[in-house]
Amino acid sequence: MMDHTIAAIATPPGIGGIGIIRISGGEALSIIDQIFKSKSNKKLVEQPSHTIHYGWIINPDTEEIIDEVLVMMMKGPHTYTREDVVEINCHGGRIVIQKVLQLVLQQGVQLAEPGEFTKRAFLNGRIDLSQAEAVIDIINAQTELSLQSSISQLGGTLSEKVRELRQELLEMIAHIEASIDYPEYDMEELTYETVENNTKELLQKVHYLIQTADTGRMIREGIQTVIVGKPNVGKSSLLNALLREQRAIVTDIPGTTRDVLEEYLTIQGVPLKIMDTAGIRDTVDIVEQIGVEKSKEWIEKADLVLVMLDASTSITEEDKQIFNLIQGKQVIVLINKTDLPRKLNIEDVYSYVNKEQVLELSVKEDLGLDQLEDRLKELFFSGDIQVKDHVFITNVRHKDSLLKAKKSLETVLETISLAMPEDCLSIDLQSAYEYLGEITGDTVGESIINQIFSQFCLGK
Amino acid sequence: MKYNAGNVDVVVIGGGHAGCEAALATARLGFSTLMFAISLDSIAMMPCNPNIGGTSKGHLVREIDALGGEMGKNIDKTYLQSKMLNTGKGPAVHSLRAQADKIKYSLEMKKTLESTENLRICQGEVTNILVENKKVMGIETLNGAIYHCKAVIIATGTYLKARCVCGETSIQSGPNGLQPATHLTQCLRDLGMELYRFKTGTPARLDGKSIDFSKMIEQPGDPHIVPFSFGTPRQSLHREQISCWLTYTNEKTHEIIRKNLHRSPMYGGDIKGTGVRYCPSIEDKIVRFADKEKHQVFLEPESEYNNEWYVQGMSSSLPEDVQIAMLRTLPGLEHCQVMRIGYAIEYDCLNPLQLKPTLEFHDIDGLFSAGQINGSSGYEEAAAQGLIAGINAARKLQKKEPFILDRSEGYIGVLIDDLVTKGTKEPYRMMTSRAEYRLLLRQDNADLRLMERGYEVGLVSKERYEYIVQKKEKIQEEIQRLRSTNVGTSAVVQECLKKYGSTPLKSGTTLEELLRRPELDYVKLAEIDPKRPDLPWDVQEQVNIQVKYEGYITRQMNQVKQFKKLETKMIPLDINYEDVYSLRLEAKQKLSKIRPVSIGQASRISGVSPADISVLLVYLEQRRRKKQ
Repeated sequence: MMDHTIAAIATPPGIGGIGIIRISGGEALSIIDQIFKSKSNKKLVEQPSHTIHYGWIINPDTEEIIDEVLVMMMKGPHTYTREDVVEINCHGGRIVIQKVLQLVLQQGVQLAEPGEFTKRAFLNGRIDLSQAEAVIDIINAQTELSLQSSISQLGGTLSEKVRELRQELLEMIAHIEASIDYPEYDMEELTYETVENNTKELLQKVHYLIQTADTGRMIREGIQTVIVGKPNVGKSSLLNALLREQRAIVTDIPGTTRDVLEEYLTIQGVPLKIMDTAGIRDTVDIVEQIGVEKSKEWIEKADLVLVMLDASTSITEEDKQIFNLIQGKQVIVLINKTDLPRKLNIEDVYSYVNKEQVLELSVKEDLGLDQLEDRLKELFFSGDIQVKDHVFITNVRHKDSLLKAKKSLETVLETISLAMPEDCLSIDLQSAYEYLGEITGDTVGESIINQIFSQFCLGK
Repeated sequence: MKYNAGNVDVVVIGGGHAGCEAALATARLGFSTLMFAISLDSIAMMPCNPNIGGTSKGHLVREIDALGGEMGKNIDKTYLQSKMLNTGKGPAVHSLRAQADKIKYSLEMKKTLESTENLRICQGEVTNILVENKKVMGIETLNGAIYHCKAVIIATGTYLKARCVCGETSIQSGPNGLQPATHLTQCLRDLGMELYRFKTGTPARLDGKSIDFSKMIEQPGDPHIVPFSFGTPRQSLHREQISCWLTYTNEKTHEIIRKNLHRSPMYGGDIKGTGVRYCPSIEDKIVRFADKEKHQVFLEPESEYNNEWYVQGMSSSLPEDVQIAMLRTLPGLEHCQVMRIGYAIEYDCLNPLQLKPTLEFHDIDGLFSAGQINGSSGYEEAAAQGLIAGINAARKLQKKEPFILDRSEGYIGVLIDDLVTKGTKEPYRMMTSRAEYRLLLRQDNADLRLMERGYEVGLVSKERYEYIVQKKEKIQEEIQRLRSTNVGTSAVVQECLKKYGSTPLKSGTTLEELLRRPELDYVKLAEIDPKRPDLPWDVQEQVNIQVKYEGYITRQMNQVKQFKKLETKMIPLDINYEDVYSLRLEAKQKLSKIRPVSIGQASRISGVSPADISVLLVYLEQRRRKKQ
């Protein structure tokens, strides 16, 4: 537990584009040398302790440059953990930081458990005895946090998908194990061909999950956002404009209910999940399409409500209805169509919301969108909007588990191609099963044996 | 009338598979041992299936043998038929299973016990365990004899408050009509122990002359027999084997069962004990797998000295008339005569979480328990525990370190760790899928894994120990030789490869590389290996396996390395989990109850999270520093 090398993003998520990845442990230096190319081509292992180096993080397999970085190298015992410590200062923003961390993990480093750096510092005698309880509190608090965040982001599709995959794996494992433990029972043996086909299919599904993790769509929950407003106020234009703004490619992913689609997007590092009515991309008109009752429901669920008004008309009954629905919610009021002649009385708006909550813009003329983005960022990082933000940490953890599961499945295929016996297959199928379980928090326990006896009729 | 019957070192309560191994171990290690059995004619009795070994159980027997136990030797002397199972699969799951001559098995074991120095066997029921200040002082029998002793090993199997049920009939009885042990349960309760009530069952025994074997499929033994014991010479094993026979149930059978389910004590609610999924009754199978059109049934001989046949697959507690009717629907059993009817048995057993990995009770010094009383099922599981309890009782008296096998060292380690760490809510059966380091824990290398440990304990002779040391050297030398022996593309080589359907060589390689090819093996390669030394078959076997599975074996060995790190981080015995700041309540309770010896064991307790383990590590470090 204490001697493997660990890494994690050391800076809290959501602070600008700069982030630090901390690596600690016996292999920290040799690992950084595998992925870091300093400007002067120096090997960090050979450099004096406590020095800073400029260079690039490069994927050793693809030779792709991932980020321009500063690396701080500190040899133990004069470090926080008393082990060799490397800190990578990344500049490329959140997604790049995650990419760098992923690369570090791929070199055989393990993602740090909550509070693990501090724990090591203590166990290695770095922290005073009087602080032991504080150390324990950190471990507990962080575990609590990451637990919360992983639960919150696992609400939907991902955990379901992973559980499906695990169930498929489990049935296959149970079949193999049953035929090993009960060789004389007349059950249909699982042929290598079936195992191969099933494994390939599973591999593809895992691969797909990894890809979605890359774009952050599936796993990430963002700020639950809903755009409301009367028909033709410009909701869909706003959504489309926002979609154009963000870097990641967005595709529709069916949400948890049938009558809504969820758009995931990142605006200046702020993850948004915009609820969109079922496939009706050109209107996005919640009030019109699904009625007041439904919009009430969506507004209730939302962390953030964007209310759109038309600058070229006075406040209507519909607008008033909407204002009544948003009581107590985090709201930004957007007055659209400021390029048209003004008929809206701004004082009417202020009778419902505060001045600071109101922004004027013209989606059509691309005016005011920057201010909207700034406002979103402000709300997000000031903590005014509470989001399940540890997403990013656990994202990496999930992805790491998925990658390990993928590797195990690949080994299964290799074992098949080598014509090795099925007990060898079973070993890697079981590891894949365990790795996927890390994501959903399910352990192996008795599940294989339970499955064997529920799937087959065995026993003397 | 109570009387002082004298002093011994160790008392073993029970003469079944656990009791025998326990008593032999303590006696052989030099301690005067007294073993009680309810009936001296039921020593090492097999009240259920007449075989030893099978998947994962065969591994246990091999391990028992490597540690100096008796089970392997005894079955080698008394088998009727022997088979290596799973030979079509990898070497890790090859499993030896022998049909045993029940009568001979029991007699031979008794003979061994009787001829062992320091060991006395005695018929009688132990009613009380005498404990003072949480320390064992002796035992008391039904006849009033009081024996003073330093250690007691409870190995009462299924006898505690045993009740046998067959349909509407229920009797207070141990297995096979033997007298149950009715008094000890109260004593255990008075000692503060937590008991469970478990249930298991057995099928009918049929008269061989009423069976028409011609309607069944013959199941012969293997032509070449591998002994269980590493000490049994192969050539000494040959004998005329007796076949088993296979037949099937059919729709008629199932119909009879379904129609009479209401008369089953299991479904009628008369039996409350927790049953075994591993040995379901035929009525269970019909209910739970209603789609299955037929079930296999094996007829197995019980002994050369009788003509009783065990009906494997038809375990039942249905009323006698229903059992007879359903049996007679099977091809070959149309006119069968039942000699003993099937029954379910309920018995008291202990929650094994009360035990240390040495099988000593946490709370009572010198009191051990082993076998089915600990919630396990099966002769081999019992014997394995008996041996470990015996060894540890002896080591306690020798004032030596406890003897514990961990999960990476043997199936015995897995078995005991599962029982004392996870506990069990139903009779526990060993399975290969429970062993996470299965590729390392093979039945073929149990001697290499454990014989040195057995020698250290004192149950393995110097001669056998030296053989193992040499064997290890020979294996390594031979692998080295294969690795450094080049093979060219000569006609002889290509011819040989072609013969076994292996791709011809384009350029030179080594014998080691060729051996890795799935279609080749060590024996086949002899043709192109003129300088091969003359090696015993067991060395050849190891070379073959170790080279062929090297990649997988290395991977598991790396996993074991990780595992060992936590396993060797010991938790001090006097830890008070109430003092561990910020440990969650559930973790505190579980840890206080199970009292793990190491961080590794603690991490396997359900309800103890990785964060709890971190907290525990910090606490232990804090404690260590304070002591400095």
